[in-house]
Amino acid sequence: MNDTDTGWLLRVRNLTKIYGDPISNSVQYTGPKFGSNICPETDAIVACAEINFDLYPGEVLGVVGESGSGKSTLVQLLYFDQMATAGEVQFSALDGGQTNILTLSNQRKRHMRNHLMGMVYQNPRDGLNFGFSAGGNIAEKLLMAGNFHVGRIRERASYLLEKTEVPVKRMDNTPATFSGGMQQRVQISKAIANNPPLLFLDEVTSGLDVSVQAKVLDLIRHLQRELGISMIVVSHDLAVIRMLTDRTMVLKNGRIVEAGLTDQILQDPQDAYTQLLVSSLL
Amino acid sequence: MITAKKFQHTYNYGFIDETTKKEIRRKLLKAVAIPGYQVPYSSPEMPIARGWGTGGLHASLSLIGPDDVFKIIDQGSDASVNACNLRDFVKRMTGCKTTFDTGEATLIQTRHRKPEEILTERQIIVFQVPQPEPLRSVERYEFKTRQMHAEADYAKMWVSLYESYVKFGAIMQGAGYPVRVNGRYIMTPSPIPRWDVPNLSMAPCLHVFSAGREKRLHCVPPWTKVEPLEFEDVKFCVEEFRDIVCAASGGDRAFMDEIYESETSRKYVMNDSSFLDKVRAGTRPPQRLFTNPPSAPTAS
Repeated sequence: MNDTDTGWLLRVRNLTKIYGDPISNSVQYTGPKFGSNICPETDAIVACAEINFDLYPGEVLGVVGESGSGKSTLVQLLYFDQMATAGEVQFSALDGGQTNILTLSNQRKRHMRNHLMGMVYQNPRDGLNFGFSAGGNIAEKLLMAGNFHVGRIRERASYLLEKTEVPVKRMDNTPATFSGGMQQRVQISKAIANNPPLLFLDEVTSGLDVSVQAKVLDLIRHLQRELGISMIVVSHDLAVIRMLTDRTMVLKNGRIVEAGLTDQILQDPQDAYTQLLVSSLL
Repeated sequence: MITAKKFQHTYNYGFIDETTKKEIRRKLLKAVAIPGYQVPYSSPEMPIARGWGTGGLHASLSLIGPDDVFKIIDQGSDASVNACNLRDFVKRMTGCKTTFDTGEATLIQTRHRKPEEILTERQIIVFQVPQPEPLRSVERYEFKTRQMHAEADYAKMWVSLYESYVKFGAIMQGAGYPVRVNGRYIMTPSPIPRWDVPNLSMAPCLHVFSAGREKRLHCVPPWTKVEPLEFEDVKFCVEEFRDIVCAASGGDRAFMDEIYESETSRKYVMNDSSFLDKVRAGTRPPQRLFTNPPSAPTAS
């Protein structure tokens, strides 16, 4: 990771999110060194801080860490679900990466979300509108990218559902009537509806039974290989990380404690926390 | 006999005091300047309950002057109770001339219809609007709908139209069909039937939409583009009164009321009473008629 490197798709520098009332020392007095992400003076919560990384086209980057380490916050910041406190994010598909996308207007952020990004949430209720049908949910993404032809929308939605092995016959049912695994696969269909170059996966397999987990992971791997989508995969499950990702960052108390090739990190962890994490593998 | 002085004062011209009228006029100017944008306004107390035409009265009484000729219709009819009472009130408060003739009026207040006759540059039409927020059916929080308007985030509206088509094979919204004004704001054209929606676009008259209970007003200025929301392959259609003639005048090609006569028979009568009178007198005024596109494919 060097600032002079080129060819990246996403460049993140000093990304920070603090909840509550930060003071100038909040970042300094929190983190793995202190074993806490709560500012001792103001009780502000430093969800993540000083996150730096580059993501390259077609690459799958894993983010691991225990519960509360800032993994989800990180992708939510990148998907504009939350406002970052500080930091810079450049995206090469926009202005060749000249602009800090965190400073865009809401309208342009939404445009980016609809055209250049996809997100699969841990809880399907966050990513899908259960008042609409499965097809309608996928249509939402397509409509926002300027596709106003019902026939073509339905064609695309059927194709995506077929790809993700959701029965096309159930396209017009609401996701509330689907099983958890199906809901997750509808979410994936929606996320990749516009062939985005970048996909965020936030704990996609948590809460699914192992056979469905395997299917969902298989699907993601397949899509990644076929479409060459760059992904950021958030998980606390090292098996998922091992299976999907090329490179991994380990987060603790909102900081990156270790980053490198996934195999390397899992075989030869350097940081004490990573060693604990790897040795805790059942 | 004791007479209470406080009940003997005369009302201001047009009932509403001048400061409030000025405020409403300023809001109207803003609404004209940003076509389709809902402008909040004061919605002062009127001698009728909010939601019974107060919004229309606020706009009418702020705009009316001694030279105006006032007409008011309720669902096309000059003779409905609501229209008669509001007409009497406006007449008493302004001394204006009132009329049933659409062509003669300079200011027309209406509930749920736009007259069939083409309105001209010298006419203003004021719609009474019960619910000005087109996004309410898809988003219940007003602070969110305002944000959605501000950012032109109309995804949910579109998805609801898509869902309606998938469920029923057609976009089922009957009255108050959502329209895009001047390529920007989505607006509900008060619950006028689909029949009237195309007549809002590029019309010579000024349209004022005023919702008293919701305290919002919006405008479609003269010669402004108003497009009903439609898909590339599922087009907007107006009501079809195929093979139906008016029982009172023998005319067709107008918005018809369906009137049940007995258990088995029914007849149709033109809804716009001024238009009906003219057709009966043999002086049918010109209309702008919308031709439906060839039927759309059904949902698969």
